[in-house]
Amino acid sequence: MTETAIRVEHLSKRYRIGGPQTSYKTLRETLVSAVSAPSRWLKRGSDGPRTFWALDDVSFEIGQGEAVGIIGRNGAGKSTLLKILSRITRPTRGRAELFGRVSALLEVGTGFHGELTGRENVFLNGAILGMRRQEIMRKFDQIVDFAGIEQFLDTPVKYYSSGMYVRLAFAVAAHLEPEILVVDEVLAVGDAEFQKKCLNKMGTAAREGRTVLFVSHNMSAIQDLCENAFWLDRGRVVFSGNAKATVAAYLSKHAREVKEQHWNDLASAPGNETVRLVYAGIQAEAGLDPNYWTVETPLRLTFRIFNYRPDLPLYLNFQLYNQEGVCVFNTASGRRTHDYGEVEGTCTIPANLLNDNTYAVTFMAHYRGTPGVSLVDALVFEINDVGREGLDYYGKWIGATRPKLDWRVHHLGRAPETTDN
Amino acid sequence: MNPPETTEAAEQTRAKMRHETSPAAHLVIQPSRGWEGLGIRELWRYRELVYFLTWRDVKVRYKQTLLGAAWAILQPVLTMLIFSIIFGELARLPSEGFPYPIFTYTALLPWQLFAFALSNSSNSLVGSTNLVSKVYFPRLVIPIASVLPALVDFAISFVVLAGMMIYFRITLTPRILWLPLFLALALATALAVGIWLSALNVEYRDVRYVVPFLTLFWQYATPVAYSSTLIPAKWRLLYGLNPMTGVVEGFRWALLGKGDIGDLLWVSAAIVTLLLVSGVAYFRRMEASFADVI
Repeated sequence: MTETAIRVEHLSKRYRIGGPQTSYKTLRETLVSAVSAPSRWLKRGSDGPRTFWALDDVSFEIGQGEAVGIIGRNGAGKSTLLKILSRITRPTRGRAELFGRVSALLEVGTGFHGELTGRENVFLNGAILGMRRQEIMRKFDQIVDFAGIEQFLDTPVKYYSSGMYVRLAFAVAAHLEPEILVVDEVLAVGDAEFQKKCLNKMGTAAREGRTVLFVSHNMSAIQDLCENAFWLDRGRVVFSGNAKATVAAYLSKHAREVKEQHWNDLASAPGNETVRLVYAGIQAEAGLDPNYWTVETPLRLTFRIFNYRPDLPLYLNFQLYNQEGVCVFNTASGRRTHDYGEVEGTCTIPANLLNDNTYAVTFMAHYRGTPGVSLVDALVFEINDVGREGLDYYGKWIGATRPKLDWRVHHLGRAPETTDN
Repeated sequence: MNPPETTEAAEQTRAKMRHETSPAAHLVIQPSRGWEGLGIRELWRYRELVYFLTWRDVKVRYKQTLLGAAWAILQPVLTMLIFSIIFGELARLPSEGFPYPIFTYTALLPWQLFAFALSNSSNSLVGSTNLVSKVYFPRLVIPIASVLPALVDFAISFVVLAGMMIYFRITLTPRILWLPLFLALALATALAVGIWLSALNVEYRDVRYVVPFLTLFWQYATPVAYSSTLIPAKWRLLYGLNPMTGVVEGFRWALLGKGDIGDLLWVSAAIVTLLLVSGVAYFRRMEASFADVI
């Protein structure tokens, strides 16, 4: 019989669009909107239009002493869940109950100050993480030992290498002794050896009977550390169960994504004696999140072919199919001849064209109307939904495409006068 | 889900943990319910964090600035010289029989404490974005910890006052024992206003432009550079609503033995209490959304 450590019921969190960084206002905006739309200003706490649900009706229960992993893509709601459980932010709906002292590690080295020495930062960081001074003093030697930085203890941490910095920061966190430990992907830092040390430390915590909730992209870490796991997608739990089964389910879906393919051996590359495909790739435009794409992400497709026939005009084309098998569009380059050798063609799918869906690209290179290369599923990728500005509708947006078209809606002046003669 | 391994070690740890943390071991997380309690008990549990954050601010400031502690002396001393020349020598304002330098310096001490604490605390939350978005603790810790470093500067500039009192041959009276009370009132005023402004600053970034202006305006509404005897009697009550008037008059009363402070102290204390309680209540109401907005 296991006592409950964490019980989460119908937990939901709504965020304003624009991200946390931009949602503060200036007084002027508030005054202007208060004057122009007083009713909306008064109701601003209620359902505003520019919102989305980062967490949508999530429920689960974790027994004491269990180690549970959370997996899911960026933006799936993992961090939001951890932020709620660690009391950094409040849920919009639902509730969570935690039975036991909680420590949350969403980042290592929170509050570290470069001007302070390693010793000083241990105390400061320990206090920020909720340790008592007595407790820090008692564990001080262990912490320093774990970090392995004895000789730099009285050096300001701004002179530390990033590895030393992270080791010291994690060492403090690793010596917390909560009953419930909530850990975000803090292990993605540091060298491989230190990562292993950290994972061991967490494994020990779990074996000692602590409850561990662990978010990671590292599937093997999840499988090693956790007996159970659940998979969050778009704010909902889509799979939960034994860690290995959850990881397998997650990977089977996401292994389908093919964002890049290389064919190093020309002879076996797709194509024939006139043209062969050597590379296909799709990526977000520079500066955007390379992994998480939404309907607002402009995407660039790159194809490299090997051209054997400088005498023949050639064109590239690809067709985009959605999950339902519908051809969303077919697009082709202009037809012209190219020199012998590698030829690169790129094509951009602009933002606000595709709907949220999983897409497969069929690539072709044509001579004289016949395909020299024809490859189904050359690329497979996923497009995610975003919140909808100015609309209060959150259901699935239907349609094969989702273009942003120019709408003009205006009042036509006064009603036409009735002619009563 | 699966039952945990019931090894001896696990049992021991759990027993130990239960023992260590039995109170507050049950936590319910719910949507914000609007007005919440003041959360004083929880704040008390985090008193060590207040200490560490204060200590960090003091330490970092003295490590980073070239002149370090000298600033704590230069600022009030230079201001005192300017006031003495302009208001004392040129304008020949009355100073209730005291030398102008010491008359204005006794007021500058609490005033600079207040101004420094206020500007720190109003920017404190916005300046602690990384903490607020990554760790939980009662957020009131931040403005409180940002007010306290002003005490260090105060202590340093107080040494200058001691020197001046000897120079101007001002004899101390037992009234000086009241000084901590006025000091506390100055800090409480800065904290009360700072709590309001720090919470407002999260949502309205205009606050950072308002604070310098507010401080300047407030200084003229407080008898720092001039004597309160210049204020016509009919305005005295209104003037007394400014708690810093009470503080400054209290300092002159306790240190120089000037006049009588009378009811001024109680009016100031009442105003500050009101500001403080309402500030904390407002802060607690906004607290739930800090991490989302900041």
